[in-house]
Amino acid sequence: MLVTLTVNGVRRGASVPPRRLLSDFLRHDLALTGTHVGCEHGVCGCCTVLLDGEPVRSCLTFAVTVDGREVTTVEGLARADGEMSPVQRAFAECHALQCGFCTPGFLCAVTALLRDDPAPSERQVREGISGNLCRCTGYQNIVKAVHRAADLIAEES
Amino acid sequence: MKPPPFGYRAPREVGQALADIAAVGEDGKVLAGGQSLIPLLNMRLAAPGTVVDINRVAGLDTLTAGPDGVRVGALTRQARVERSEEAAAVQPLLRQALRLVAHPAIRNRGTVVGSLVHADPAAELPAVLAVLDGSVRLASVADGERDVPAREFFTGPLEVAAGPDDLAVSAFFPALPPRTGTAFHEVSRRHGDFALAGVAAVVTMRADLGLEEARVACAGVGPVPIVVDVTAEAGAGDRAAAAHTVRERIEPEDDVHAGAAYRRHLIGVLTERALAEASRRAADA
Ligand SMILES: Cc1cc2nc3c(=O)[nH]c(=O)nc-3n(C[C@H](O)[C@H](O)[C@H](O)COP(=O)(O)OP(=O)(O)OC[C@H]3O[C@@H](n4cnc5c(N)ncnc54)[C@H](O)[C@@H]3O)c2cc1C
Ligand code: FES
Ligand code: FES
Repeated sequence: MLVTLTVNGVRRGASVPPRRLLSDFLRHDLALTGTHVGCEHGVCGCCTVLLDGEPVRSCLTFAVTVDGREVTTVEGLARADGEMSPVQRAFAECHALQCGFCTPGFLCAVTALLRDDPAPSERQVREGISGNLCRCTGYQNIVKAVHRAADLIAEES
Repeated sequence: MKPPPFGYRAPREVGQALADIAAVGEDGKVLAGGQSLIPLLNMRLAAPGTVVDINRVAGLDTLTAGPDGVRVGALTRQARVERSEEAAAVQPLLRQALRLVAHPAIRNRGTVVGSLVHADPAAELPAVLAVLDGSVRLASVADGERDVPAREFFTGPLEVAAGPDDLAVSAFFPALPPRTGTAFHEVSRRHGDFALAGVAAVVTMRADLGLEEARVACAGVGPVPIVVDVTAEAGAGDRAAAAHTVRERIEPEDDVHAGAAYRRHLIGVLTERALAEASRRAADA
């Protein structure tokens, strides 16, 4: 079946079987390997992308189901000129990643979190990232990065 | 892993969806939010011949909150119901429970109706429907539309009173009577995990602030949500007695996450907490 999505602002299509997961559609069919796949059953969160702006598990979505819709992946978070987004800069600045495997999912989830709630409390931050697992950092620096990103967004707007 | 191959139908209207579901029968599976079905497919625990994807069916993404209650259509995502002020005003228990269901990214896809039909014994929403005495509206080519009350709908773990030809088109959560408060309390290993045990409580006060009615539904400690009327105990002001009654009624099991005895203990503690909070809210209502 032909599936066409707008991915990071560009219309992209590929012919795929109905069982193609959105995560594999992005990675294999569109060669956008920034979206990572850890568990394929919804638990780890590293496949999180934005579907029409809302974070979803790409491993728990069939590409055919979302035909015609808009997807933002980690590759689409930076500005067109390559300048990293405030969330990306905060993660780099606060050492919120080590191996980086979980990072694409965190970046997408946190981008949506801060758009909906520009000044989250400590509890809201922890709850907001509770659906994303990180095996390396111990989360402290990720929590710091979310607060730092909120500050950067406030300063720059 | 990857899902096994399957045939695919994507109807665009309810009539076509019912015809597709009837045509594929036992060999088919309805796909709503996919947040329970796709993990099962990925783990190859399910292998339907055909998936009937209802995501494009017009008119199923409805959410109406009226004086009688809240009706949620089959394609209405959990996140939308959680955020709806109208729904929270009419039936606050929905939002109280939805905050405990999985994570935001999963609630953005998962549907309320899908959770009811999936009927995981540890899920929050079946307990909510049960304690409120709500209903699920089923439709099929053969039997047309009918409403099934919660007490008849949940028949066993992952089993409901819906046949292979049925589409669940909506669910109805009745509004609260006056001077009524609700609460949902649970214990889970991590925020967003399925609960080890959970309790939904509904408490109604009389005008003189004496207790009129108190009911709880327990999740995770039986094949289906277990509803217990504790009006007598709570009316006498004895929440510990209420907790005792509820502990006697549940049928918890051991699994890798917790033992039956611990679950029984939790249900007692959660019952007291949920009743206390629901009573406070009833007094303020
Ligand atoms: C990591 C993770 C954590 C989770 N944690 C929780 C939790 O804590 N609590 C909780 O309650 N749930 C939890 N869930 C499950 C989640 O709430 C699901 O969204 C929900 O159980 C199913 O809804 P769905 O719309 O995604 O249904 P689907 O996955 O699409 O379908 C589930 C089942 O119901 C059937 N079905 C769905 N809709 C209909 C319909 N309209 N008519 C007929 N049949 C239908 C399908 O055929 C399928 O058998 C979790 C899921 C994940 C992946
Ligand atoms: S790969 Fe999707 S949640 Fe783990
Ligand atoms: S940085 Fe390695 S898993 Fe998070």
